[in-house]
Amino acid sequence: MIPIVSVKPLIAVLVSLAVIPVLISARKPNVREAWTFAAAFGKFAIVASMVPAVMAGRTLEFSITTLFAGIAFKLEVDAFGLLFALVSSFLWIVTSAYSIGYMRGLDEHSQTRYFCYFAAALSATIGVAFSANLLTMYIFYEILSLSTYPLVTHHQDREARSSGRRYLLYIMVGSIGLVLPAMVIVYLLAGTLDFAAGGLLAGSLSAVPALFLLLMFVFGFSKAAIMPVHAWLPAAMVAPTPVSALLHAVAVVKVGVFCVFRVITEIFGPGMLHDFGYGPLLCAIAAVTILVSSFIALSQDNLKRRLAFSTIGQLSYIVLGAALLTQSGMAGGMLHIAMHAFGKITLFFCAGAIVVATGVKNISEMTGIGKQMPATMGAFFIGSLSVIGLPPCGGFISKWHLAIGTIEADQLIMLAVLLLSSLLNAAYFLPVVYRAFFCTESESLFANQIKEAPGWCLAPPVLTAVASILLFFYPQPFLGLSRLAVTRILGG
Amino acid sequence: MSSQIPAFIIVVPLLAALVVNIAGWARRSLCFPTAVCALAAAWISTIIVMLRVSREGDIIYRMAGWDPPWGISWHIDHLNALILILIATVALINIVATRSTAAQEFPDRLGIFYCLYLLFVTGVMGIVITGDVFNLYVLLEIASLSGYALLGMGGSRASVSSLNYLFMGTIGASLYLFGTGYLYIATGSLNMVDIASILPTLENISLIKVSFVLCLVGLFMKMAFFPLHTWLPNAYSHAPGPSASLIAPLTTKVMLYVMIRVALTIYQPDFAFSQMALQDIVVWLAVIAIISGSILAWKQDRLKRMLAYIIVVEVGYMAGGFWLGNQTGVTGAVLHIVNDAMMTLCLFLTAGAIASRINADAFKHLQGLFRRMPFTMTAFMVAALSIIGVPPTCGFFSKWYLLSGGIEAGHYEFTAALIISSLINVLLFFRVVEISYYEPFDNHQENEQQGIQEASLDMLLPLLATAGLLIVLGFYAHSLVTWIIEPAVSSLFTGSL
Amino acid sequence: MEELTTLVMAKYNYWGVVILLGIGLYAMIAKNNLVKKIIGMNIFQTAIILFYISISTKYGASIPIIHHGHGHTIHPADYMNPLPHVLMLTAIVVSVATLGVALALAVRIYNHHDTLEEDEVLSQLTTDESTQA
Repeated sequence: MIPIVSVKPLIAVLVSLAVIPVLISARKPNVREAWTFAAAFGKFAIVASMVPAVMAGRTLEFSITTLFAGIAFKLEVDAFGLLFALVSSFLWIVTSAYSIGYMRGLDEHSQTRYFCYFAAALSATIGVAFSANLLTMYIFYEILSLSTYPLVTHHQDREARSSGRRYLLYIMVGSIGLVLPAMVIVYLLAGTLDFAAGGLLAGSLSAVPALFLLLMFVFGFSKAAIMPVHAWLPAAMVAPTPVSALLHAVAVVKVGVFCVFRVITEIFGPGMLHDFGYGPLLCAIAAVTILVSSFIALSQDNLKRRLAFSTIGQLSYIVLGAALLTQSGMAGGMLHIAMHAFGKITLFFCAGAIVVATGVKNISEMTGIGKQMPATMGAFFIGSLSVIGLPPCGGFISKWHLAIGTIEADQLIMLAVLLLSSLLNAAYFLPVVYRAFFCTESESLFANQIKEAPGWCLAPPVLTAVASILLFFYPQPFLGLSRLAVTRILGG
Repeated sequence: MSSQIPAFIIVVPLLAALVVNIAGWARRSLCFPTAVCALAAAWISTIIVMLRVSREGDIIYRMAGWDPPWGISWHIDHLNALILILIATVALINIVATRSTAAQEFPDRLGIFYCLYLLFVTGVMGIVITGDVFNLYVLLEIASLSGYALLGMGGSRASVSSLNYLFMGTIGASLYLFGTGYLYIATGSLNMVDIASILPTLENISLIKVSFVLCLVGLFMKMAFFPLHTWLPNAYSHAPGPSASLIAPLTTKVMLYVMIRVALTIYQPDFAFSQMALQDIVVWLAVIAIISGSILAWKQDRLKRMLAYIIVVEVGYMAGGFWLGNQTGVTGAVLHIVNDAMMTLCLFLTAGAIASRINADAFKHLQGLFRRMPFTMTAFMVAALSIIGVPPTCGFFSKWYLLSGGIEAGHYEFTAALIISSLINVLLFFRVVEISYYEPFDNHQENEQQGIQEASLDMLLPLLATAGLLIVLGFYAHSLVTWIIEPAVSSLFTGSL
Repeated sequence: MEELTTLVMAKYNYWGVVILLGIGLYAMIAKNNLVKKIIGMNIFQTAIILFYISISTKYGASIPIIHHGHGHTIHPADYMNPLPHVLMLTAIVVSVATLGVALALAVRIYNHHDTLEEDEVLSQLTTDESTQA
């Protein structure tokens, strides 16, 4: 089908950038926040307006300029990109609301700078989602790294500085040291960097160079937090919670796995990888990350750190989905981008709400908090159900697809990994909920003196928790989009 | 009249230098406007020349109408025209940006400063535009002498560093002259095109090889190519701000241009790359230059010295890229000449802006700069990203060509050195960012109430314009390569002039 | 031995140039006094000037001045090549200008430090730096 040439993808990317001058010049915080909402709603609206066309099987594209011979700075909206963009742009609306409650609740400094860089980071995220080729994706990936650095290091204290160093080091060394040379090599081999259904490099590489290139990409996109290049993620938890919630549960990390997914499916292609037998290798890499991170999560007392390690594991589910190279596996990976996003963001919102209301950060100090903050902990419970993968939450659907995928790919050991890690997820989430709700009066550390988190901090997690449940019953358009995307990858 | 425009490029700044010197005695307030008008006229002439070259092909301008090889002729092709525009742009932006600093630092010698400024610009423009090898030596020395004087205008440390630069630079220029002498002995001509047509017919190859090596070593000394770079860090870091931000972006890049011109136009690619068998040595030297320059930059604790060592690294990129010997590498080197001149200008202007507000240059004095001078630091970040090679700034695009060239030529060590130095650059620049962003560690809420103490507007606007140009050059890199650099490089490689 | 003597004597001008270059370079590097360094630099440049001049001679040729008017055929072999001389006039000017700049810088250094010995100047600068930092 001929792609539709439309400027919508470009507008979707630029909406938040355009708002930045307004944010800087806004005199009153309420005006500033209103404009952030306007940008977020605008972005979501434009992204959503592209759904009908894409669901009908078309793609939208827009070429901005030529960067090198054979490589354009080009945006293309296909099913997979649209799925990711929908998730990110919707959750930005929710996170902006949450940010208001959080930043004002803690009286944070430099809020204008915060909202500006947030807007820039979302621009870059949508840019990655809508990239038509590897170089465009790299450009937006780098812009994302740079615009999230001030957000991670927002507190500007010593801890922020050392975490910022780690963040930057892992991400830049990966992108400049591994992805850039790999990209140049791909360009020299193929003459272009456009994503192609069936794999750009299909047929032009032999086994060993392909393996090196593949590993350079997989570990180079360190935002995907595949072990051992994962250590930046727990360090990035020094950021304010809205940052951790949206960026490190949704935008930044999903950009990482999105890039890895794209490279696996549209640069190398399932055919080539299957022929060389690299599927099981990638599955193994993902499996190691899943299991090790789950075990580490068990030992963390700081709630955000536990969530960080949980995220690391969940991200590798998506990589596992791609590595399975089968229809259900890939669909499961793509769906997990959406389902995990909603579930994890709920969990992070709850963690932040607890900090705003009580100042408590460690799980051991949260005994009995459920009685005082029932809505928050209720949302936390639902979020954890989704991440564990139990019905009636959306996470069940993506994990189900992944499980089918392991059977399709004849990798029953991965099925075992999935089941084991779900058990581990339960092991590190459910006790938190249990201790929060079910404890005696004498054990409870919160004797009736705190109330729920402020409204702006409470509504978002409740909303996303409800969404997680709704997604179980109505997984469209994500399910439809993922099916379309997989058809394109495997059939095209 | 319009056919004389190439001459304006040299003559206008030259005459203006004289006028400015007199104005310096008579009425000091006239110095700056005269200089700016002269540079603006030169800039417009370079644009016209470029347009003419794109439309009609190479321009050959004969001085006083005498034919070569007896007369001196200037030969302008796409490559020259591009570098001419670059020089004119850098000179113009710099003179506007450093107006107040120059007035402050040289209150009684303003006329002399601008006179030397214009002489330097005349010299470098002349180097680029000429088609005669001896004329090139003369203009080389004009540029160098005014450069030494400009760099020595600071305190005593500047004089010592400049004298050291003078010694090394004179050796370099003399070696170039020596090599030219051998060329003259062999061919009897001083005109580049003429020599190029005679050289392939000669039999005494060892004479030509020696002349090439002499010229090359001389040029390496002038462009601060490792290991002949030792004059550069001192000379550039001790120099007064207005001089450093003119000379640092231009001198080494123009010498690189001369090397490209000498190797490709006079000696021809076949001889220069294949017969000389120098490629491997030079590329390895470039690799060492890149790595050692990066490590030495890391060890510095003052901003301008770090920037000076980064120039050494960049020269390594360009020289190594050229000596890869393939069209991609040469394209990357030429594009990097353009990009690096702009990046270096931006960085040195930033250093000047910071110096105008804070009287010290060591890193520990840069605390809290992001809050106090946000616009300056934004420009600094853009330039830093360009040096690191982050798209969409221009530095990424030239690095791409250099990387591809390295892989194509099989010089993987060069590619690896480029990647490693990009990573070290991340460390270098984020060290500055860390100090200026995080420290002092006391309450950030309070610090916000303190005002912004930005550099003055006449310094800030050119600085921001330069930073903007870095991004524009990035987006237009492909057009630049397709319309200007590729025609230049391919015609140099096929030998058609 | 014969060949060596012929080699040296036939190309004595080049050998002279090389020796002068060596002297100049030695002076620039090894001498401590700034003026001696400058003299060394001048010797270096002069060596190259002599090189050019020496290549302009021809056997049995006379100075390149035509004094018998027009109309007679001119045999280039009768006259020395004037072009290198002309080029070297320019080069001498350049050399003098370089000398001027170098001496001006040396005067500045002397005014600041009261000495022209390089090691003393450097030690003064390093003590300045350590008192400053």
